[in-house]
Amino acid sequence: MEPQIRTLVDISGTDATMRGRADMVLERARWASTVFQRYDRDATLAIVDAVANAAHEHAEELGEWAVRETGFGVAAHKKIKNEMTARPLVDYFRDQDYVNPRIDEDRRIVEIPRPAGVIFALTPSTNPVATLNFKIIIALLTRNAIVISPHPAARECSVAAATRLAEAAVAAGAPDGVVQILETPSIPMVEAFMASPKTNLILATGGTAMVRAAYSSSNPAIGVGPGNAPVFVDSSADITKTAARILESKSFDNSILCTNESVLITLPEIEQRLCQALKAVGAHICDEEDVERLRRFLFHEGGFNLECLGRDATWIAQECGVRVGSSTRILVAPITQIGVEERLSREKLCPVLALHVAKSRSQAIAQARAVLRLTGAGHTAAIHCTDEQVTMAYANAVEAYRVVVNAPCTQGAAGIGTNLAPTFTIGTGYFGRSSIGENVGPQHLVHWTRVAYNSDSAEAFGNFRGVAPSFAGPLPEAPADGVPGSTMPRHMAAPSGPPVEGATRDELRRLIAEELRDLLKK
Amino acid sequence: MSEEKLEFLERSREFWNPGKTQAWQDMGVDLVIDRREGYYLFDMDGRRLIDLHLNGGTYNVGHRHPELVEVLKAGTSRFDMGNHHFPALARTALAEALTLCAPMSDMKYTAYGSGGAEAIDIALKTARSAAKKRKIVSIVKAYHGHTGLAAQTGDERFTKIFLSEDTSGDFVQVPFNDLNAMEDALKGRDVAAVIMETIPATYGFPMPQEGYLPGVKKLCEKYDAFYVADEVQTGLMRCGEMWACTRYGVEPDIMVTGKGISGGIYPIACVLISEKCGSWLHEDGFAHMSTMGGAELGCIVAMKVLEIVQRPEVRSMVHYVADYLRAGLDQIMETYPDFFIGIRQHGLVMGLEFNHEEGAKPVMKHLYNNGVWAIFSTLDPRVLQFKPGILLTQADAEDVLRRVEIAVGLAREEIMGGRRRML
Repeated sequence: MEPQIRTLVDISGTDATMRGRADMVLERARWASTVFQRYDRDATLAIVDAVANAAHEHAEELGEWAVRETGFGVAAHKKIKNEMTARPLVDYFRDQDYVNPRIDEDRRIVEIPRPAGVIFALTPSTNPVATLNFKIIIALLTRNAIVISPHPAARECSVAAATRLAEAAVAAGAPDGVVQILETPSIPMVEAFMASPKTNLILATGGTAMVRAAYSSSNPAIGVGPGNAPVFVDSSADITKTAARILESKSFDNSILCTNESVLITLPEIEQRLCQALKAVGAHICDEEDVERLRRFLFHEGGFNLECLGRDATWIAQECGVRVGSSTRILVAPITQIGVEERLSREKLCPVLALHVAKSRSQAIAQARAVLRLTGAGHTAAIHCTDEQVTMAYANAVEAYRVVVNAPCTQGAAGIGTNLAPTFTIGTGYFGRSSIGENVGPQHLVHWTRVAYNSDSAEAFGNFRGVAPSFAGPLPEAPADGVPGSTMPRHMAAPSGPPVEGATRDELRRLIAEELRDLLKK
Repeated sequence: MSEEKLEFLERSREFWNPGKTQAWQDMGVDLVIDRREGYYLFDMDGRRLIDLHLNGGTYNVGHRHPELVEVLKAGTSRFDMGNHHFPALARTALAEALTLCAPMSDMKYTAYGSGGAEAIDIALKTARSAAKKRKIVSIVKAYHGHTGLAAQTGDERFTKIFLSEDTSGDFVQVPFNDLNAMEDALKGRDVAAVIMETIPATYGFPMPQEGYLPGVKKLCEKYDAFYVADEVQTGLMRCGEMWACTRYGVEPDIMVTGKGISGGIYPIACVLISEKCGSWLHEDGFAHMSTMGGAELGCIVAMKVLEIVQRPEVRSMVHYVADYLRAGLDQIMETYPDFFIGIRQHGLVMGLEFNHEEGAKPVMKHLYNNGVWAIFSTLDPRVLQFKPGILLTQADAEDVLRRVEIAVGLAREEIMGGRRRML
């Protein structure tokens, strides 16, 4: 008979267990971050590059895995996102220095970077690997330790991804434990992590409930809200290009990114041409009956039908009985109203685009504001227009902190095809109940100690050129006296994720359903 | 010192142990531990101390670890000590959990004591029974506890006073790190077992030289003696691995774990017995009994201890604490090279060596005055036992180093006087 671990007294659900486990993971991260802060910029970048390479290498495999596990999105597009959050992300920030002090001779101030320390990061089921890559890389760029809490629906691909990146980091010389992931996340466990005084910063991307919980945790948090991007196509736009861009954007990963265009607003004089152009590139323009079918299928009593999340346009059409050609990539649903009475004007993380024709530019702007009032405040808007006056009026009016102009919005708002900072965490700022309004990046994970001299020019400002803090690098290994080779083994042999027990699995299913419902509510 | 404490110490002298109570006062340590939490002790007058003694590793995971408190509380709704005559759910469950993390795959059985010394007695009885021989070899200045057989393996200081020293000649002691002496003791083939602390604690943590412990094991095999590993102070990840003996490449026949396995919260100690040593368990399972040994509540706590210390984060943290403290201590040693002369270390088992025959005593005192509790080695007071917990936080580790630097400086001044010599 084989010996077994048998639990006679189960305390797994207690606060003590949640806190105990959280404390241990976070304290390990604290040690890692403490040592990481001894690293110089070259050593830091070497680690970041190694991690980015690993992320790049596994982009395709993990993209496929994510689609397989979650059922959302398009594997080929996930690969693109996973790659985008690897080497290009690092290249974008390569010239930024988050390690060495900055000297401002004019202001007589020296600024010394102070990493946040231990970051607790939630990643969503919709972009599990890309968000995870993104958060890990910006944490490492700034010499922070990070603990990832994956969405339960994307647990396996997230654990695989984080494990690979953690291994790559350590192989490149990073402190052990600088990247960790919760292998069995649950809401009480996540709450324990968020509430722990050992957490320095929460980076929350996910459902509104999670984001609000992060802000309520008493710890510093950067949480971002949902999107619902209006896209205004002005009469001054190049219609053919615009149609192609909208299609490229709306079909990208089947609209699972929160930056996707949700409601297209245009003007009567170009409606026909725009619809023709959209059709020409693979859109199906629904008739009234189709729209009603779509409306009923996409939205249930409780909100968005999760089955549609990131599904192909043809699948959605078939499921709700709309006849479309097999090459259809997006469904366009004309709507006459915007607001609480029209469910199709809410966020739709699937390739269905609502289309509204406004009477005038000023009405179009008012409607765009209404879209964001419904949901998505502070997030994203787009415009296709060649008239700067109109663009300015629109951008100044909509409550969005990024307005993508003449580019695919899904990609553009996240920094693909625009010069915005590449991100998978879109700051929704004060409009969207968030602390950050720009694309979240490494600059948000480090604060600076300002060394301020007397402003009186009679008092000399120090010469800090060549004066650097000590970068001692990794800790030397303590000896293990008497042991041949005299060092201790750092890693467990073949760590394996704990199996999910029956009860836990049910709990997870419930949580996933709840969170996703919440994510798409409103 | 508060009136309250003075009065308490008087009572302690009066009703508990006058000699011990007074000895601490004489050493300048007026500690009366009241509240305790994590790696902190709070004196009854309110002063906080960071605990680097941990009562020999008893508080390896900290005082009143919340998960242990929780599991003990929850355990009382179903279990009590249990009945030692019968098969018992918790005793068997713990035995299985121990088998799964034992240093050898054939360590099938676990016998229980309520403390380390009792477990050592069981281990030695087991070895004698299996070997059909009586002699036990231990190390000069070994420390295995204070009960019958265990005390006989140790220093006479703890037996003579009770007229309990070995008179039979069955207990032989040889110097540590001396394989020739060991072979001489074994070659008569009349030895049942060699008992070894993997790192002798009370003797100030002299480290086994490379090849010594495996050499002893080989000699045991050569001369038909069993190897009993005393892992009471070195086990449970203190050396970066579950059991320190495996770090030295030794596969013991019998292993004892105590102190830390109790979580410091419910007394228990365990003897892991390999199949070949387990004959008495087949022959007469009632031959050894203990009402409180293996109390089922203790088993419940011990299982949680095993689960906690085997989490992957622990291995990583043991490393960090060991590396970080070592780097800091090396710097302190550079500051006081004429006084602080050596560090013996394996993981979180550390001995700090001072250049004076009782050098660790003033260091202990000044550490005490500076908020750190660490104790000198009873059998080698040149050495301070420095035993941080496996879950020590970065902040506390940093604070420990700050305080140690101050205390070592003060102790040096007290002993050597004058200005410190900067090298």
